[in-house]
Amino acid sequence: MSNEIILEAKKIGKYFYEPEKFRVLDDISFEVKRGEFVSLVGKSGCGKSTLLYVLSTMDTDYEGDLRIHNQSVTGMKQNQLAGIRNEKIGFVFQFHYLLPEFSCLKNVMIPALKLGNFSKEEIEHRALERLKMLGLADQALKPASKLSGGQQQRVAIARALINDPLIIMGDEPTGNLDSKNTDIVFDIFKQLSHEMHQTIIAVTHDNDFAKRSDRIIEMQDGKIVSGH
Amino acid sequence: MPKKINHNISSDISMTYTFSKMKLTVVAALGVTIGIAIYIFLNSMMAGFARMSDTLIFRNIAHIRVYKDDDISRPLIASENSNKKVNALVNPKIVPESQTIVNPTLLMDLLRKEKDVTMVTSQVATGIFYHKGESQIAGNTIGVNIEEADKMFDIQTTMVAGKMLDLKSTPNGILLGVGVADKLSVKVGDNISISSPKNVTKVMKVVGLFRTANSQIDKVKSFMNISAAQQILLQNPSYVTDLDVNIVDYKNAVNYSARFSALTGYKAEAWQTANETFVAASKMRSIILTSISFTVLIVAGFGIYNILSMTISQKMNDIAILKAMGFKGNDVTRIFVQQALMIGAIGVTVGLLLALLMVNILSHTYVGGDIGYFPIQFEPFVFFQGAMVGLIVTFFAGLIPARKAANVDPVSILRK
Repeated sequence: MSNEIILEAKKIGKYFYEPEKFRVLDDISFEVKRGEFVSLVGKSGCGKSTLLYVLSTMDTDYEGDLRIHNQSVTGMKQNQLAGIRNEKIGFVFQFHYLLPEFSCLKNVMIPALKLGNFSKEEIEHRALERLKMLGLADQALKPASKLSGGQQQRVAIARALINDPLIIMGDEPTGNLDSKNTDIVFDIFKQLSHEMHQTIIAVTHDNDFAKRSDRIIEMQDGKIVSGH
Repeated sequence: MPKKINHNISSDISMTYTFSKMKLTVVAALGVTIGIAIYIFLNSMMAGFARMSDTLIFRNIAHIRVYKDDDISRPLIASENSNKKVNALVNPKIVPESQTIVNPTLLMDLLRKEKDVTMVTSQVATGIFYHKGESQIAGNTIGVNIEEADKMFDIQTTMVAGKMLDLKSTPNGILLGVGVADKLSVKVGDNISISSPKNVTKVMKVVGLFRTANSQIDKVKSFMNISAAQQILLQNPSYVTDLDVNIVDYKNAVNYSARFSALTGYKAEAWQTANETFVAASKMRSIILTSISFTVLIVAGFGIYNILSMTISQKMNDIAILKAMGFKGNDVTRIFVQQALMIGAIGVTVGLLLALLMVNILSHTYVGGDIGYFPIQFEPFVFFQGAMVGLIVTFFAGLIPARKAANVDPVSILRK
């Protein structure tokens, strides 16, 4: 873990208006450093997922200031934010969200083809490397819909890694997995943060998962109660 | 910053969507195919039919007719000084003047020098009576130079008996409409007598019979030499009642008529003005066929719209994750618009072939009369227009749902 600050939230606030006006995030401020493995925990409705989507830049309806890699992203246009997500953030959700018509390899390649930093051959090579790292090299050419749930989740992780993002954000990344696959995913995350120095921020309900991460941020009623 | 390579991943995804659900693509494309084929087929029919009916009408009239209109004495002459309300009242009647066009040779030369004028001929038109024994028929005759008149009205193709050019070598020859000949029961080589409004009776020799598309005309009309017509009207050889003018583009005749009026000092009447009912009828026909063909295309467009809307609602997850991974709104729009255009292109291509087949079949369908086979042919412009209209309709049919897809909020889908 280095001291470089990758993500910084300053007094983030947000309201929900349905069914009635309600402050779901209340002046949240914290910093995350490069290579940190952070778990966001809390009871249902405490605002942890809402916070994650604000940090992901997909939700732009908030107050305060969000800085990613020393760059303020608050107030940026949708197209600029899309570019930042493409280059700097990888996502892993509870559901894999693979495109079922494409092969696993192609699914992993899509974000890199969008970014366009490498030629198609290089991207294919890099995608295969990541699938190998996740133990899926032999599944590369199968359609994504033909894999088991655990395998699909690992392909989704490979896809999140293809552009070497600074931050990997997970919304219940192990929520749909059995304990064996949960362990696999946890080990991958650990390896990514400690060996590759990628930052991981994951919302989780799984206490074991959270306890084994570097840092736990606990939320309650829209505020951080521990782990600043 | 390394240089970015554009891998066209949006187009790649679009292709996969289009060809992985072949059944939907084929159904949507079929809608376009039928729409395009019917659109082109109806428009080709319309073009062929319009061309044929214009050809038929120009067998009887020229694009522009220059003639001396009857002057009517002004019934009411307002006083020059508007302060004095004293008006002169005059009995209105046609000023008795000759129908002749003065110095027709000069006017013809003038008209021939005008831009876009292809042909000018002179003629003497008059009402006459045909007699044979006891039978007598009222009709009208046109004194012409037969070679020029043939160039303008294509008389040769309407001839059913005798030789048209015999008129030239027979000073008292006459070409009769088949209706007139039937009523008088005469055939080629027989003599008939005619009498003019000036009460001149003359024996004419029938040298040929013609049949136009209109049997009413065949029952009254005849052609004779212009000199014979001048003779029965007791006029000199410079007497001409009409100048017929043909121009390059007959659809523009109205624009020339005012200019020719000013140039010659006589009334120049465009064929549209003289045949308003005919023009209105063809307008109505084209409005009916155009609206039918457009309706069919719009229905095809709705087919694409429906199928694309359905695809998009099935692909909500894909759209959400693509946006999360950094696809911009425009990238998403492109995926689905391109899908629509590919469906459109497949549909249009097959539609063009189907239209070609339909046109070919109809062009071999016999409809009878002096028309023969249905007047339809391959119209490159109609086919081009059909293809363009088809692609434009599919573009918008795709754009509307694609814009909706581009505005999908990924958070609302990914947060479950």
